Amino acid sequence: MSRSSELARPADHYDSDGEAPVGPRLGPIGWLRFAWRQLTSMRTALLLLLLLAIAAVPGSLVPQRSSDPNGVSQYRIDHPDLFPVIDALQGFDVYTSVWFSSIYLLLFVSLIGCVLPRTAHHWRALRARPPRTPARLQRMEHHTVADADGSAEEVLERAEGVLRRARYRTERYGGSISAERGYLRETGNLVFHASLVGILFAVAVGGSIGYSGQKIVVEGEPFVNYVAGYDSFTRGRLVTDGSLDPYRITLDELDVVYERDNPNAVGQAIDYTASVSVRQPGEDESQPARIKVNEPLRIDGTDVYLLGNGYAPRLTVRSPDGDVVFSGAVPFLPQDAFLFSTGIVKVPDGLEEQLGMIGLLYPTPVTLPSGALASGFPDLDDPLLSFNVYEGDLGLDDGVPTSVYTLDTEDLTQIAGRGTDVDSVDLRLGETIDLPDGLGTITLDGISRYASLEIHSDPARGWVLVFAILVLAGLLTSLFVPRRRMWVKATEEDGRVRVELAGLARGDDPGLGTAVQELAETVTGGRSATTT
Amino acid sequence: MTETLDGISVVLLYAAMGLYAVAFIAFTLDLARRGAARTAVESGAERIAAARAAGAAGAAGAASRPGILATLERPAPFGPERNRESPSLRVAVVLTVVGWLLHLGATVLRGVAGARVPWANMYEFAMTGTLLITAVFLGLLLRRDLRFLGAGITGLVVLMLGVATVGFRVDVVPLPPALQSYWLVLHVLVAILGTAFFTIGFALSVVQLLQARRDADPTSRLRLPAAVPDAGALENAAYRVVIVGFIFWTFTLIAGAIWAEHAWGRYWGWDTKEVWTFIIWVVFAGYIHARATRGWRGSRSAWLAIVGYSAVLFNFGIVNVFFKGLHAYSGL
Ligand code: HEM
Repeated sequence: MSRSSELARPADHYDSDGEAPVGPRLGPIGWLRFAWRQLTSMRTALLLLLLLAIAAVPGSLVPQRSSDPNGVSQYRIDHPDLFPVIDALQGFDVYTSVWFSSIYLLLFVSLIGCVLPRTAHHWRALRARPPRTPARLQRMEHHTVADADGSAEEVLERAEGVLRRARYRTERYGGSISAERGYLRETGNLVFHASLVGILFAVAVGGSIGYSGQKIVVEGEPFVNYVAGYDSFTRGRLVTDGSLDPYRITLDELDVVYERDNPNAVGQAIDYTASVSVRQPGEDESQPARIKVNEPLRIDGTDVYLLGNGYAPRLTVRSPDGDVVFSGAVPFLPQDAFLFSTGIVKVPDGLEEQLGMIGLLYPTPVTLPSGALASGFPDLDDPLLSFNVYEGDLGLDDGVPTSVYTLDTEDLTQIAGRGTDVDSVDLRLGETIDLPDGLGTITLDGISRYASLEIHSDPARGWVLVFAILVLAGLLTSLFVPRRRMWVKATEEDGRVRVELAGLARGDDPGLGTAVQELAETVTGGRSATTT
Repeated sequence: MTETLDGISVVLLYAAMGLYAVAFIAFTLDLARRGAARTAVESGAERIAAARAAGAAGAAGAASRPGILATLERPAPFGPERNRESPSLRVAVVLTVVGWLLHLGATVLRGVAGARVPWANMYEFAMTGTLLITAVFLGLLLRRDLRFLGAGITGLVVLMLGVATVGFRVDVVPLPPALQSYWLVLHVLVAILGTAFFTIGFALSVVQLLQARRDADPTSRLRLPAAVPDAGALENAAYRVVIVGFIFWTFTLIAGAIWAEHAWGRYWGWDTKEVWTFIIWVVFAGYIHARATRGWRGSRSAWLAIVGYSAVLFNFGIVNVFFKGLHAYSGL
């Protein structure tokens, strides 16, 4: 970098006059310097960028634990041989894997190493004078000679005025003006790269001070925001149990609107609205509120999202003596667009045997031509709930956690439903039916909807947005503000003024030639100029 | 009503495809004719042009410092002298414009039929996407003569519309709640715009590579019409189009993150569609860097533009249809 207002660029930047990094000098310092120069070169940045793009691909081919945990479980079942290999390579956690992380961390080290010196340099350049006018302007890429009336001084003054108004920084060197503009281009570029670092930081900070959790809430039931209240919960390293604000949300009603007219879309959901009451800790009064898809509810720095819905039949199981041994709403998981759903009921205590039931819910039952049952519409229209019943050991006492959505039938004997001689237990709304083997009775008291809520807290989110906007702003200025130099030289010859103009672009600048021409015309008063 | 409007939209779309197809033939005829003319006798105009180009190259060479590959000469306005224009070229442009108007009608009617923006599933995305590709192409024609790209662009558009009508066509259905957001309007529209600019950049890069190959081997039997600018000018043009696409893409990425935050509660989750949007962004960032790296300007960076565009097509045609993820909006 010979002149102070030159741009600082990695040595292998096409517009840099530095030498490409050469072989290392002897000694550890030489080696270090060599390695650093390599790491912060344009070529390394480019290769790391391409590597990053390639490294991101596998995560879209194989299910990821972060976004699709069920897919990962399914993968283990479908590809038992491949699974351990991919798992060992962190293929199910690509974006937090050692190899992916090392690529982007190296890239960011390279970025910082590249941007810091350039920032210092740009800071100096901002206050430096435009460089001395080159001796031979005709060697510049855009060059024009023209004649003008008056004195050389007048021409130069006029040129200076025009350039200043076009926001050039100008400097007189004898009979010539040197002018430069577009420092914003470099500023934009630096802001862009620095903001990328900002995003990385904000995301990292957000990851360690934020949390998120899911909870299925049945109509009429409350949810309290504390760690054990969630069905699943993940949190950053710095989140303690006390970090959660224990507000209470009660789902009063989940209203779903289905398309009924458009023959191509009958049964498609077109609106979900969850009406809730929110009670802040320490307050007695609840406030009504509303959650919709795309319209989360913001409470105390957290956001509550409506992510899913389904049906939860309200069931009561009684022993032969009439004692209630099970009572409650059981969320069923939807299996198709018309909300045919399945669910599990487990009755561990109070009956002669432990009881397990696999339930099939048809919100609007229809019989297919094959004779099989299906649901013909997602709303409830004389719904049917059909149970396959098992008795035996539910496996709840082994201390191994079991999911409420699966029934391990290994130690159970099926006593009713498909595959046995006994008909399945079929219930309509309000009905009570005897369980097989005189075990007791079961009643379908009603069917409620449930909402699957997701609660998020990410205090650094705003910063991510700020940096993202800076990225965009930096990009716009750095790609579209032209950085250029202009020189105007005036010499008096035989009573005329010979004006020589030249322009030099730093970076892509399609408009430079026109700018030189226009300057020539204004300075000489429209006299025809000859371009070389 | 909905179905009637959609029916008219389909008819208009087929008509537009027909016109584009004829335009494609006319563009191709023009290329073939001028390619042949070039190898026959060099016209006077061409000889002058060649001499001027040689002179300019000399001057540029003198000004350049070692290692600079940039075309330092301001690129001459693209295109042949007006009087050498073949009639089939003019016919081709007119056909493209008329086809585009029908295409516009088809797209607007589809939107009216659904009472919403016409880019909510793959069929509509393809329809609006090709509309904007053609619009950007025709718009750029006002500024510079890129008609040598006509065959490539109309060919691509007909192909895409063919695939869309055969493979992706779905009836008008209401929007699912997740898509009922003004971010659908903004995020997807800007994504389509970015795609349109990348398409033109891709086409320019392909021609650039052909041109570079011809330059490297004078005995090559590859014939490109004289109207096609030299590889350096093509590279500059491609770059300018791609950076516009890149800005749109950056905006798409940010807007997508904001929308994801509204709808799913997180701004980034490495969902398959997010992964590919990211990959495309990084590849084009690589392209921009390559253009600034010694030894990577020219053909190598052109290849990156092509790789990036392939990723765009992959993201649309393959990821939407075959990959599992939250962005299941293909409507298939
Ligand atoms: C996360 C990694 C990076 C990304 C996504 C990225 C992206 C970009 C983009 C989009 C541009 C063009 C817009 C502008 O000029 O502001 C650019 C330009 C530039 N980048 Fe990066 N960059 C990265 C890392 C780096 C690194 C590590 C270096 C240093 C070796 C670097 C050096 C430069 C330079 C010198 C330019 C200006 C190019 C020119 O003169 O046209 N970048 N970068």
